[in-house]
Amino acid sequence: MAKHVEIKNHQREIFYFRLRLVVSIGFVLTLLAILLMRFIYLQVARHDHYQTLAESNRISVVPIVPNRGLILDRNGVVLAHNYSGYTLEIVPSKTADLEATINELSTLVEITPKDRKRFSKLLAERRNFETLMIRNRLTDAEVARFAAQQYRFPGVEIKARLFRDYPYGEKTAHLIGYVGRINQTDVEQLEENDLAANYRGSDYIGKTGLEQSYENELHGTTGVEQVEVDSAGRAVRMLSRTPPVSGNALVLSIDAKLQEIAFQSFGNYRGALVAIDPNNGEVLAFVSKPGYDPSLFIDGIDTQSWDELNNSPDTPLNNRALRGQYPPGSTIKPFMALAGLHYNISPGHTISDPGYFTLPGSSHQYRDWKKGGHGSVDLFKSIVVSCDTYYYGLATELGIDKISSYLARFGFGKKTGLDLGKRLDSGEFEGESSGLLPSQDWKMRRYKQKWYAGDTVSVGIGQGYNLVTPLQLAAATATLANNGVGYKPHLVREVRSSRSNENHLIGNSPKPDLGIDPAHLDLVRRAMIGVTQPGGTAVQAAAGAPYPIAGKTGTAQVVAIKQGEKYIESQVSERNRDHAWFIAFAPAEQPRIALVVLAENGGHGSSTAAPIARKVLDYYLLGKVPQPLPDITEEEAEHD
Amino acid sequence: MTRRQLWQRFIAHIDRPLLLGISLLLLTSLLVLYSADNASWGQPLKQMLNIAVALTCMWLIANLPLHYLMRTAVPIYTLGMALLIGVALFGEISHGARRWLNLGVVTLQPSELMKIGIPLMMAWYFEKHEATLTLKNYFVATLLLLMPVALIVRQPDLGTAILISASGFYVLFLAGLSWRVMGGLFVAALASAPVLWSMLHDYQRHRILMLFDPSQDALGKGYHTIQATIAVGSGGLLGKGYLNGTQTHLEFLPERTTDFIFAVFSEEFGLLGNLILLAMYLFVIVRGFIITANASTYFTRLMAGSITLTFATYAFVNMGMVSGILPVVGVPLPLVSYGGTSMLTLMLGFGMLMSIETHKKLIKT
Repeated sequence: MAKHVEIKNHQREIFYFRLRLVVSIGFVLTLLAILLMRFIYLQVARHDHYQTLAESNRISVVPIVPNRGLILDRNGVVLAHNYSGYTLEIVPSKTADLEATINELSTLVEITPKDRKRFSKLLAERRNFETLMIRNRLTDAEVARFAAQQYRFPGVEIKARLFRDYPYGEKTAHLIGYVGRINQTDVEQLEENDLAANYRGSDYIGKTGLEQSYENELHGTTGVEQVEVDSAGRAVRMLSRTPPVSGNALVLSIDAKLQEIAFQSFGNYRGALVAIDPNNGEVLAFVSKPGYDPSLFIDGIDTQSWDELNNSPDTPLNNRALRGQYPPGSTIKPFMALAGLHYNISPGHTISDPGYFTLPGSSHQYRDWKKGGHGSVDLFKSIVVSCDTYYYGLATELGIDKISSYLARFGFGKKTGLDLGKRLDSGEFEGESSGLLPSQDWKMRRYKQKWYAGDTVSVGIGQGYNLVTPLQLAAATATLANNGVGYKPHLVREVRSSRSNENHLIGNSPKPDLGIDPAHLDLVRRAMIGVTQPGGTAVQAAAGAPYPIAGKTGTAQVVAIKQGEKYIESQVSERNRDHAWFIAFAPAEQPRIALVVLAENGGHGSSTAAPIARKVLDYYLLGKVPQPLPDITEEEAEHD
Repeated sequence: MTRRQLWQRFIAHIDRPLLLGISLLLLTSLLVLYSADNASWGQPLKQMLNIAVALTCMWLIANLPLHYLMRTAVPIYTLGMALLIGVALFGEISHGARRWLNLGVVTLQPSELMKIGIPLMMAWYFEKHEATLTLKNYFVATLLLLMPVALIVRQPDLGTAILISASGFYVLFLAGLSWRVMGGLFVAALASAPVLWSMLHDYQRHRILMLFDPSQDALGKGYHTIQATIAVGSGGLLGKGYLNGTQTHLEFLPERTTDFIFAVFSEEFGLLGNLILLAMYLFVIVRGFIITANASTYFTRLMAGSITLTFATYAFVNMGMVSGILPVVGVPLPLVSYGGTSMLTLMLGFGMLMSIETHKKLIKT
């Protein structure tokens, strides 16, 4: 019995075991079926998706930054170009202790405190995963030293890069401007304008000057390289390549040598000079002094240099030619004279100058610069000797609104539209100052005051509310020189395509007829020639010139002088001295150049500004390179 | 004795179908390793050495009569427990886990020994009480399983603990644990899940969470899963071709010669390759079940069934983990992943299967 049970149990046991075995096989088959379904899902249903992911893992799109376009002067002299150099760069995310790494690096490669400061600044502004420059312009010896020790510095590498260089440095700083590293604001701007894709890989963008206004021409088109990479990002092989297209070159109307001479002729004076070809508006020289070293800004300026530039009383960062607003002083007189002629004041109208002017019913004396006056003065003489009394009277007669509306024809009170500064969507450029043409309305709006007769008097000699920029005055002078036919001044003559050898000439058509009577112009021009001849205020500066110069001196007060006081230059602190102006064009009958010189705190236009103009004219018209500027003593100087 | 007779004796205890299945998988291993190791012979050669050692051990075990095998159960289990306690007390810490015991000459991972030791011990226990099995016996067997498992969980080595639990559970299941009890245990396991969750280490929880959304941490913990899934998916129907896997050769795949070798295989051979690989595994598993079904004693049935099911589980867990349906638990692909220890353990199991198959007639007579 017992045996029977055991056998029965045994058979049942075997039966139950095999049953469980069948369940086990079912279990295993279920597991394998789950796997199979998963494989079908991944490899068939979602294959395209994962194929794409694998490809994007594998293929890295590397932008190839195009070479930035060159900037050349009208004769092909290079004003901005690129050179290749080595930089030492750090990837902060791959470097554990930056400070220690830099200290260690400085044993191999010279790293100045300025380099460190610049690096800290870059570090603060960096975008993700960026490599940051610690040193640029490595010497070959430094490159070799570092290369041998590179294994000690993970995250530090040497890169060959193209750098922007400005051979004329501070002399063209306000004209060419500079490029700088792309910052957050630039990125937002680029994204807004749908240009971000073309700046993938670009480190630099034009920040000021022509580099900024012609950024779109200069930058070029970024190329693309498709590279197969491994998981560490190392390139394994190249798959395809679309080459970059270099930026277009700019050919300026500027004459580099003229620019240099103009800059140097200022000596120690601050100021501005704008020279224009009156026949087409081409700017020949565009100087703002002092300049600055634009290369400081390219890779981020260190704070110390920035503070020096920014806090300097000489304001070297201020583009005086474009943005400086000054009272025009006596340089306004030729334009005032034209206004008078336009409003039917006879050229023969003569005054007797006692040395001062009073308004009817007032005892306030508006003094002439010459004590005792100029005697009998007509319009011609008023320009030659720069008679203030004549223009006090003329202005009073015309009234401010007539003066302003007439002067507006020459472009005073509004921007010239020079192609410098940030280009706006409207095609205009931002950053130029518009000067100021006062009117009764303007004063009411600005000061909530009515216009007084006395306000008009000083406007007559360019010393009231009216303000001009050197550029504006130069454009007006060019219009005057070109028989009243005005052109918008411009700096870029030609955009030279890098693709084809096609040159895109930037033409300039004259402004609509300004309605200036040629006879009036002829009279004023002859008077301006008189300025540079014996009896005129600028006779010394023009002495010996083999070509006739039409000119006008000017002096702009910086501080007001009280009634009954005399302005004695030597007693006034240097920064409060008058600004010296000189406007000119030559040869007077067939002008090829019109220019404006402003020497800040230069005192007299005749003694300071006019000689600078003469050097520029001599070089442009005669090819004469000036000797170092001779000192002009106080005694020799003639007041305008 | 003639040479022929010698040969006959040499292969007397080798199960040919099982050896065939194993050999196919081992050849696949060498083939894929060559690709995974960037077309170099470095790891394939070392793997050949591992295979040689493991095959020798398999042969030795296959020739071991079953009563000897049974006799090893208690000593192996006791040694394993002692070593596990040793690890808990004096083990070396590597990667935050205490798994290795340094014996001066060699470092040992006792949990590896217990992969064989626990089912062996449980099968031995059931064999001893075969005639009078009651629920109490199942309870004791479960304790025999849970004691070492608890120590392994504490190391912590969750993957191994789960797999060993599975192999122990297979013994319980095959030994006839009633469905009702199993159902009860299942419910109890579900109920205790929150408690277990709270006992897990952060990185273990992380791995489980990653399974549901690997993109959460694409460059960190989720990276393994994401890259492996991309490799498998981009393989497509026929694969990218041998040595042409971009995920593999551009080194996007992590641990591609060990735990993630299946991704390499799958990327280069595609769905078709996967089908063939599954077929090879199925062949070995089915042979294992046939041996199990034919096994003559209670002990050998339990042992053979557990070995076979465990092998199937390893394969499923690894491929499931690489294809992104299971968490990354550090289980190699059986017989294919590079590594000597797991190879040895597996081959000891296959040696036992062969012994069970080839010694059964001797027992009957």
